[in-house]
Amino acid sequence: MNYPIEAIRNDFPILTQQVHGKPLVYFDNGATTHKPRQVVEAMEEVAFRYNSNIHRGVHTLSNLCTEAFENARQTVASFIGAHNSHEVIFTRGTTESINLVAYSFGETFLQSGDEVIISGMEHHSNIVPWQLLQKRKGVVLKVIPVLDNGQLDMEVFRSLISRRTRLVSVTHVSNVLGTINPIEEIIEIAHQHNIAVLIDGAQAVQHLAVDVKKLDCDFYALSGHKLYGPTGIGVLYGKEKWLNQMVPYQGGGEMIQTVTFEETTFNELPYKFEAGTPDFTGAIGLAAAVKYLQNIGLQKIHAYEDELFNYAFEKLQALGNITFYGTAHIRGSLISFLLNGIHPFDAGTLLDKMGIAVRTGHHCAQPLMERFKIPGTIRASFGLYNTTSEVDALVNGLVKVRQLFG
Amino acid sequence: MTIQEVQQEIVDEFGMLTDWMDKYSLLIELGNDLDGFDEAQRTDQNLIEGCQSKVWLHAWLNNGQIQFMADSDAIIVKGIVALLIRVLNNRTPDEILQSELFFVDKIGLKEHLSPTRSNGLVSMIKQMRLFALAYKAKMEK
Repeated sequence: MNYPIEAIRNDFPILTQQVHGKPLVYFDNGATTHKPRQVVEAMEEVAFRYNSNIHRGVHTLSNLCTEAFENARQTVASFIGAHNSHEVIFTRGTTESINLVAYSFGETFLQSGDEVIISGMEHHSNIVPWQLLQKRKGVVLKVIPVLDNGQLDMEVFRSLISRRTRLVSVTHVSNVLGTINPIEEIIEIAHQHNIAVLIDGAQAVQHLAVDVKKLDCDFYALSGHKLYGPTGIGVLYGKEKWLNQMVPYQGGGEMIQTVTFEETTFNELPYKFEAGTPDFTGAIGLAAAVKYLQNIGLQKIHAYEDELFNYAFEKLQALGNITFYGTAHIRGSLISFLLNGIHPFDAGTLLDKMGIAVRTGHHCAQPLMERFKIPGTIRASFGLYNTTSEVDALVNGLVKVRQLFG
Repeated sequence: MTIQEVQQEIVDEFGMLTDWMDKYSLLIELGNDLDGFDEAQRTDQNLIEGCQSKVWLHAWLNNGQIQFMADSDAIIVKGIVALLIRVLNNRTPDEILQSELFFVDKIGLKEHLSPTRSNGLVSMIKQMRLFALAYKAKMEK
């Protein structure tokens, strides 16, 4: 495959360092990805050349900054295939995006006894906001079970839908199992019952080409820092028809039209949901990350990562005495496993000594750990800059871990 | 031996090991050698929950000295637990309260006591001191 891996790695200076005297092997991309020079340079340009508060100044720098910020919105909108850029709301990340929907959609449309469906493989950030809503409004939370292979039980999903179901909120790609959920089917089924659907895309957009128009989802949430962009910036895509009706999430500057002490009228989309000075530097950095991915091509990235995934899976399987969590047919981007008889914390600690960064623990998905009756897993999650020789280093590292345990 | 002396002894033992693999081999060995709790003793009451691994700690007073028993589900953590017990077991509450634990830092395992590590060890040390404080108060009554 014609994939410019060397050029890509050169864009990420962090990868060249040594950890504990060994070359860094970074397989914790599911937690956060590194930033290419292009992202840092875009943010540096903001800070050094046109940093100014947006949307209100009459002066040149403010106009430049506003334009760059709105261009960033446009870039993200076309990246995810949104109909309109005003359906793209900048947030602090996926967590805030989901909280925004849970609050604003919840306050506007949900009554006591109404039902929200999530799944058994959700990250805590797609569980707790709904529990808060449950406490606030008496909404009922239903959970789609996870099958042994890490797929959602679609049959049960169908049976969970009732005339009180108002929203389905599920993850696109599981952060623990790597399962790519059949969200097209979920959305179709939900829409047959006029139920809105929120997709948590935190683990998807960096690996798969996502088109919210084609998916027809009502909301889609993503994080910048898992997409080779900066931390503290994320996106909520929402259909105009919902966003227009929803009450604002936070109040403040920017989101208003007129304010008197008697009454405030709210600004139009997307500003209604962007109270206060937004992280315009972050948004511009995120747009640079998106352009970086678009330059390589998401199809190409997906194909490359898929190859890497298959290579890693085969090599790990060959180790033997290893249990994989998530063996769904359609999955990718990460592998969750346990060396039989070895606690994930021990394995992770020893791998770190060899310069290998993996994630261990419950991955903020405790209900899923409970489902599989394990304390956690070792998770190797891949990014566009990883290589097969890094996979070899991981496999050798695991062999060494085993040796240490005798 | 005083708490200081036992700590120095551990520092010397680990000082001979220059390779990280040897250090961790020793920790794993210590972890394996420490008598753990059986399932019935791994109660919620004894549990110190870390984000990554769990530690169970039990303490009782014997002739004015505190005895500790502890366990962990992760062996490396259990190895460090074994060292902490070696240092603090059979001490009076005052000895424990006045002690300063320097050995973990000195043998190059400081990272395991970082609060971000969330392996339960920081809470375990805190809990050991709390036991000392509680037993001291009880004895003074």
